[in-house]
Amino acid sequence: MRWLSKSVEFVGKVGLFGLRVVVDSLRPPFEFAQCFRQLAEVGNKSLALVVVSGFALGAVMTLHTRNTLVTFGATSMIPAVQAVSFFVEIGPLVAGLLLAGRVGSGIGAVLANMRASEQIDAIESLSIDSFKYLVVPRVLACVIALPFLTLFMDFAGLLGGFLSEELSSHIAPILYLNRAFEYLQWSNFIAPTLKTAVFGFIIGSISSYFGYTTDKGAQGVGEAATNSVVLSSLLIIVADVLLIKCIFFLFPETAV
Amino acid sequence: MSDPKTIAVEFKRVMKSFGTKRVLNDVSFHIDQGQALCLLGRSGTGKSVTLKLIMALMRPDSGEVYVDQDNVVSMGEKGLSLVRKKLGYLFQDAALFDSLTLYENLALPLSRLTKKSKDEIDDVVHHVLTDVGLGGDGAKYPSALSGGMKKRAGLARALVLEPKILLADEPSSGLDRITASEIDGLLMRRKVEHRTALIIVTHDVHGARRVADRVGVLDKGNLVAFGSVDEVSQSENEVARKLITEGSNV
Repeated sequence: MRWLSKSVEFVGKVGLFGLRVVVDSLRPPFEFAQCFRQLAEVGNKSLALVVVSGFALGAVMTLHTRNTLVTFGATSMIPAVQAVSFFVEIGPLVAGLLLAGRVGSGIGAVLANMRASEQIDAIESLSIDSFKYLVVPRVLACVIALPFLTLFMDFAGLLGGFLSEELSSHIAPILYLNRAFEYLQWSNFIAPTLKTAVFGFIIGSISSYFGYTTDKGAQGVGEAATNSVVLSSLLIIVADVLLIKCIFFLFPETAV
Repeated sequence: MSDPKTIAVEFKRVMKSFGTKRVLNDVSFHIDQGQALCLLGRSGTGKSVTLKLIMALMRPDSGEVYVDQDNVVSMGEKGLSLVRKKLGYLFQDAALFDSLTLYENLALPLSRLTKKSKDEIDDVVHHVLTDVGLGGDGAKYPSALSGGMKKRAGLARALVLEPKILLADEPSSGLDRITASEIDGLLMRRKVEHRTALIIVTHDVHGARRVADRVGVLDKGNLVAFGSVDEVSQSENEVARKLITEGSNV
């Protein structure tokens, strides 16, 4: 029973924290300089990880898909399978999980360290709203960066898939692209990419919550980093299920 | 009895607990503008909490805390923002922002809270850094500074907005006697030249004797002695007397 009440309390606190992010992001003064700084931190520094992972994943997926489709004599479908699966699901989800690992742990650890070393108190003592200055820009950076990183992952995956396929069947690049995008509609592409903005909100809010609210000193730094990654990853997967249902509802043609 | 207009900080029957532990129990005192108060006492007796209550980084369970005649306990964020501009805070470990250079650490409050131009900010930062002996270190990050330099940098940041009241949490802890004496000298200069009120939490009784007009001794959340160094050294309270006369923590 105590566990249940603590869980409910935790959900409430995280919910209010997320709500405060939304409200404060709409309330001036706006921390543009901090947003750009965080955007560079979240976006630029995650780009290599996302591109390399997407490329490798694309190559591996094509190898597996080829083995299966050869059995049915449908190897010409490989580019389409690759594109649809990457743009609809693999790209958004894997980019979200990668960012939860790299950025989520970073945000959690940095903010927890700032709390432990009284830097957050120092910001408040300088009449600066520490929540608006530290938390809101980090969450916004995640929300803005993740859809773009997802696009990079999608295209890196396509490139990896193409190179893998080219080595096996010597397929021409133009033919590969034509087949890849033959079955892809805008609704397959836009909605799943935009849903990663929600993933970004989850990563930014959850990891900021753990870092900003810790009261365990140096020990809290490690805990905040770990908890940020675990809960962000879990919530991304859960949110993915709900968002897919929403996308199917809003764009019924994608559910066919 | 002090004129209310000259009172810099006043506590009225302040209580503060964390869970079941009471860290401040019915604490009342005041200090005037231009005076220095040193708070002494064993670790965990509520000295740092007292500073955080003045800065309104925490709220008391009951009682009133006045800063320059404004009760910060019942104040909203907007009012607090104005009050905090009158306060400077030197944190125990300086609390410099890791991701900013020393120059940026000092320029941040100036660019946010004043209408100074870039050139004016450069001038003020250079002047304050030179004042604390760090004139050539503005481009360094906090990680590249020694303990004493960090303390001086923290003091520079606390002074950059020319506060009427300066709060210092153990300004000489972890420093050698010479560096500690330099920090005390900087604080004294501030008090004498700018009539800044100082509230200093310290374990350094020698430093307190040099700087303080008033000494307060906290023990188990109670303010067991308050007055001049001489008055506290003759206090009926044994803890207070020992702290002052033996010059070390009990």
